Amino acid sequence: MARELRTGMLPPRVRRASINWGDRAFHGITTGFALLIAALVALLVLELATESVPALSRFGPGFLASTSWNPVTGEFGALPFIYGTLATSALALALAWPIGVGAAAFLTELAPRFVRSILGTMVEMLAAVPSVVYGLWGVFVLVPLLRERVEPWLIERLGVLPVFSGPPFGLGVFAAGLLLAVMILPTLASVSREAMSAVPRGQREALLALGATRWEVIRAVVLAQARSGLVAATVLALGRALGETMATVMVIGNSPSINVSIFAPASTMASVIANDFNEATGLQKAVLLELGLILLVVSLAVNTAARLMAARSTR
Amino acid sequence: MQMTRDLRIVSVQEWREAAEGTVSVRGLSAWYGRHRALTDVSLEVRPRSVTALIGPSGCGKSTLLRCLNRMHEVVLGATVSGQVLLEDEDVYGSGVDPVSVRRRVGMVFQQPNPFPTMSIYDNVAAGLRLAGTRNRGVLDGKVEQALRQAALWDEVKDKLRKPGTALSGGQQQRLCIARALAVDPEVLLMDEPASALDPVATARIEELMVELKRDYTVVVVTHNMQQAARVSDYTAFLLSEDGGGGALVEYGETRQVFEEPRDERTRDYVTGRL
Ligand SMILES: Nc1ncnc2c1ncn2[C@@H]1O[C@H](COP(=O)(O)OP(=O)(O)OP(=O)(O)O)[C@@H](O)[C@H]1O
Ligand SMILES: [Mg+2]
Repeated sequence: MARELRTGMLPPRVRRASINWGDRAFHGITTGFALLIAALVALLVLELATESVPALSRFGPGFLASTSWNPVTGEFGALPFIYGTLATSALALALAWPIGVGAAAFLTELAPRFVRSILGTMVEMLAAVPSVVYGLWGVFVLVPLLRERVEPWLIERLGVLPVFSGPPFGLGVFAAGLLLAVMILPTLASVSREAMSAVPRGQREALLALGATRWEVIRAVVLAQARSGLVAATVLALGRALGETMATVMVIGNSPSINVSIFAPASTMASVIANDFNEATGLQKAVLLELGLILLVVSLAVNTAARLMAARSTR
Repeated sequence: MQMTRDLRIVSVQEWREAAEGTVSVRGLSAWYGRHRALTDVSLEVRPRSVTALIGPSGCGKSTLLRCLNRMHEVVLGATVSGQVLLEDEDVYGSGVDPVSVRRRVGMVFQQPNPFPTMSIYDNVAAGLRLAGTRNRGVLDGKVEQALRQAALWDEVKDKLRKPGTALSGGQQQRLCIARALAVDPEVLLMDEPASALDPVATARIEELMVELKRDYTVVVVTHNMQQAARVSDYTAFLLSEDGGGGALVEYGETRQVFEEPRDERTRDYVTGRL
């Protein structure tokens, strides 16, 4: 009956069938690719998990809370690396967020048209700089500057606070956080800028017509309505900071330790893997793989969160 | 009718009140970059009346309207010359803050544009909060008053916390009218406020305009001749000829403009021949 109804209501079958075949093939192929990607991720997780079984069974969940790191005695813990990863990412985000979002607001709301396009392009271009180049700049420019000028200056003035205490190494959490901040800035700025320019003109005019200043429009209309886009930008930037390896290895000092001072050297999950995987064998190799697994899970979680928020903002 | 009102004036104070909401446009020209959109427009908008701006598309009606509350200059590269007097103060005078002008001259746009991140209540309270009103009781009272004036109170009084975008198009437009009225302006500008609405919602907006002229000076842009004839007391006809920017062709009582137009071009337009 359903068939009769359809033939009665739709144009000739031949055309309909041919359209459908194309659709179906396309649907099939894209579904295939999507499944392939999902399978790859699953395989990656599985592979990492099986390879890290020696570490998983030896240390159990205590691995996450242990601070020991001694390849000779075979004592390993993940906490210093989790700390290093979180501390550098948090520092990077804290430094980059106000600048990135501020720059986006300036570009969409205040800048004259020619400044808008020039600066906008420059921001996009910053995102394309390879991270090893940032790393080089970090090693040869940023770190010496921090060691000789910035850190001594901060220690002299704020040294009473434990966070700013200790000798100025140059290499350390502070350097890594700063460098990561520079690296995530373009992502933050360009994604926020897109979110802000998606706010309709009429919304800005509506508030202006009620007697609002430009600043009030930015706060109550632009930032408020771009909120979920801003969250997505933040999470995307955070994802990049968490996983960044090359630049971090070059400036963090690579020491598996936890220090109150941000000037002390440290290590992140990504940096210790990149540093040690060459010589690692047996248990240490399993430990590195487990760190990789933890990092992968954290990054996937952050990315999924970003996607969900971005999807909600377009609705 | 105008006569009776004039005869009533007995004291300076009453004269002042009668003058509140007078808008005098003197030699106003407006540009978008180098493109001229208005040429030397002069007209006196009578207080507590509805004045309709009519004319073909692109003749500068919206531009003229937006010059009255200094919203024209919000567009990049837009400039103005001439005077717009609110009572006797030039809104383009040096040292006049556009923000204060916009509090005295409210605006309703063609597309209903409530703030989607704000509740119905917060939409209406937005202008009051900008002006620094924080007291809850004062806000409650003014929000209710504005919603009543916009004939929306009964429909939304039980859902003031719902987002403003959850209303129908017609209700959203009345919400925008309430939002503009809440700051107690003297003049209300409306740019084709009903053109995005169905006939029933349009009729409600038209009733509302007639209501509002008891307290406010209303200037409305419309493409709908019947609407102009139904709701307005005065009508201004603008025309942009050979790209010179819109100029005022005829201005007078609505009945006169529609029934005995002095200018041939006006007659052609109102009878649909232009
Ligand atoms: N933002 C703008 N930038 C440049 N030119 C503009 C802008 N807005 C309007 N114009 C031009 O100014 C002239 C007058 O436009 P305006 O919007 O005031 O016309 P209108 O009478 O309101 O037309 P409509 O009935 O179609 O709304 C037109 O020639 C238009 O192209
Ligand atoms: Mg218009």
